[in-house]
Amino acid sequence: MPGFDFSNYNRNLALHAQGVPLPKATSTGTTIVGCIYDGGVVIAADTRATAGPIVADKNCEKLHYIAPQIWCAGAGTAADTEFTTALISSQLELHALSTGRKPRVVTCMTMLKQHLFRYQGHIGAYLVVAGCDPTGTHLFTVHAHGSTDKLPYVTMGSGSLAAMSVFESQWKPDLNEEEAIKLASNAILAGVWNDLGSGSNVDVAVITKDKTTLKRNYITPNEKSAKLQSYRFPKGTTAVLNEKIIKKDDIGRYVSVQEVPVEGGDKMEVDA
Amino acid sequence: MDHRPQAWGRPRDDVYGAYDHSFMNTNSHPNQHTQQPLVTGTSVLAVKYKDGVVIAADNLGSYGSFARFTDVKRLHTFQDTSVVGFSGDISDMQYITRHLHQKSIEESYASSSANKKSRLSAANLHTYLSKMLYRRRSKMDPLWNHMLVVGFDDDEKPFVGSADLLGTTFTAPTLATGIGSMLAQPLLRTYAGTDEEAAERTKEEAIKVIQECMKVLFYRDARSQETYSLAVVSREGVEMKTSEKLENMSWAFADRIKGYGTQTV
Amino acid sequence: MSAMFSQNPVMNGPNYSFSDAPRTNNGEFREHRFNPYSDNGGSTLAIAGADFCIMAGDTRHTSGYSINSRMAPKVFRIGGSNSDQSDATIALSVCGFAADGNALRDQLDTVCKIYRYRHGKPMSVHACAKRLSTILYNKRFFPYYTHAMLGGIDEEGKGAVYSYDPVGSYEREQCRAGGAAASLIMPFLDSNVNFKNQYVPGSGVGHELKERERHPLSRPVVETIVKDAFDGAVERHIEVGDNLQMMVITKDGIEEIMLPLKKD
Repeated sequence: MPGFDFSNYNRNLALHAQGVPLPKATSTGTTIVGCIYDGGVVIAADTRATAGPIVADKNCEKLHYIAPQIWCAGAGTAADTEFTTALISSQLELHALSTGRKPRVVTCMTMLKQHLFRYQGHIGAYLVVAGCDPTGTHLFTVHAHGSTDKLPYVTMGSGSLAAMSVFESQWKPDLNEEEAIKLASNAILAGVWNDLGSGSNVDVAVITKDKTTLKRNYITPNEKSAKLQSYRFPKGTTAVLNEKIIKKDDIGRYVSVQEVPVEGGDKMEVDA
Repeated sequence: MDHRPQAWGRPRDDVYGAYDHSFMNTNSHPNQHTQQPLVTGTSVLAVKYKDGVVIAADNLGSYGSFARFTDVKRLHTFQDTSVVGFSGDISDMQYITRHLHQKSIEESYASSSANKKSRLSAANLHTYLSKMLYRRRSKMDPLWNHMLVVGFDDDEKPFVGSADLLGTTFTAPTLATGIGSMLAQPLLRTYAGTDEEAAERTKEEAIKVIQECMKVLFYRDARSQETYSLAVVSREGVEMKTSEKLENMSWAFADRIKGYGTQTV
Repeated sequence: MSAMFSQNPVMNGPNYSFSDAPRTNNGEFREHRFNPYSDNGGSTLAIAGADFCIMAGDTRHTSGYSINSRMAPKVFRIGGSNSDQSDATIALSVCGFAADGNALRDQLDTVCKIYRYRHGKPMSVHACAKRLSTILYNKRFFPYYTHAMLGGIDEEGKGAVYSYDPVGSYEREQCRAGGAAASLIMPFLDSNVNFKNQYVPGSGVGHELKERERHPLSRPVVETIVKDAFDGAVERHIEVGDNLQMMVITKDGIEEIMLPLKKD
């Protein structure tokens, strides 16, 4: 059954009445922008995710794939932007297969706004939708309540005012690709420096009628400085009151063991 | 941050939950001691340059969303050495300026005729005003303003200071109140992020960036207006203009827009 | 078409997932009133050494998601004979609501100056610490919303750090972190200044194991720990950044150091 499970609704209402607050969702406190230029459209985002005043992820991805030529920048509740874009992406893929045509940006925008309107703002996804299709280049914003905007340059998120100040003072009609990328990344940087909800790096996606270029970490102005001394503890620093050694061969007696081939992948960032 | 003056000094939504504005409606509740701003002014902007300060604010007094008074001067000169720019409640502004006028008369009696220089520098005036605001907030009867005080400090260096209804103070090379702190400050900080950078800027550069920011604010601040006041404070004194008009605005973005979604005609 | 910037989470963005008129715990409507407090973010840190003491704080001043100033110091010299405080021997750091912090600083400074004029000598940290406590408690029912810390050299020549809660409860400590990132920095100090839960490897078995001995740290080591603590806090707390202000208090006076931090 598609959709959400509301079975805990009454329980949560009762808990809330007793003064239990709802858990705070991770919000991508965010600056995201989009800008149309002659021959395509560019969207950009910062890479900070926050949980209250704490930085939850220093290098998260806020540019979401919808279709090869349609991408989406998301602000608001992280889970909502991820699941909403994935859901629409999936539906759009099926739609494209059944019609045998490339998906259109207006279709994507309409599906998003209808989905979000149905949930009356409870899905906290604030999106910048951009792409190229047979009808041309398009750029939209979609708000959590389901309203949309169509403009040559747009900004969203807590850093939207900082980013908009850059567009309002530097945007001009008939930009080329290089100028558009520069303008969009400058708008993101205004958010990174001036808005506490935004920070770290700048991601950019450039969509033309021929191809999409994702420039992950296009600008990285916030590299972490190295620690001034080592904080390694000598082996044996932690007290051990008793120990019992189980050999690898014997561990099968306690749990079921399955050998997994070791692969390189995204390694977590750790201090040396 | 919600930058409307009506929201200043209120509990933060993200900390205390959404604010119930029905409390503003006095029909169902007895009227209470603390007030709310009625006629309000929007952002004030100020920047330092190498030998002085430039400050600007538009001439609008809003009554809620109604553009009620279109000729309110929100920049006030103090003893031809400092300027105070007010945002927030206009009646509280008038109370404070009346008080400051009185103060400047007392000061001119007190200072000797040989030494014409004002004893109260802008930095001193900033301290004075912030103590006044802090005292009123501590009495739970605040003066609903956020102001910028500009001029020179005791070392004759350019000074820009901010004070708000809670008595919070800070200084920076560039400052903006209200929604200007979100819309104009990013541009102002690219003009001068530090005092060292501000010391390299000329008066013309300072005026230019202020004009640019006033334009951005008129584009995007729904409580703003086209005519504004601009003052330059230098060691020669205060140069005040009260009916500047925004120039070279561009609405070019509008010509390709059709509708807000699927509309094509 | 729609409200252009309404998605700002602080204004009315992602919050509770159902509407909630503000009520108190027992279900009554909350009273409408002016909120005299705000939070201006930032973090402070103080560590005492054998014959010195370091007080540090970042210089970012915030409201909500905005930066008000990148250079608003939180550590102040207290009780010098002039307004320039060049001969001060005590430093105060304040974090939380900045207007209260400034009021507290001014009040304590006045007290210390009067003491100096009456007695012809600067106040001892011990006495100043007690006085700060009474100043805070004086406002028990309308508190100064600050986490204060006081640093100096005690009468034996040892570094002293006192830390306070907003209503005047205080304690002398080896080190303390305060403000927004206190919960991030304090465990780091427990481990690297107080050597908590650490034992000397190979010194015994079970309960015979000897604890790693605590000793006052040298000034270069303390400076390194302070810098690393703030570099770490800046990475993970949005309200901490811009510049690191360090005051090093020795018997020869107070030296101030300013270093850059990340600005995003």
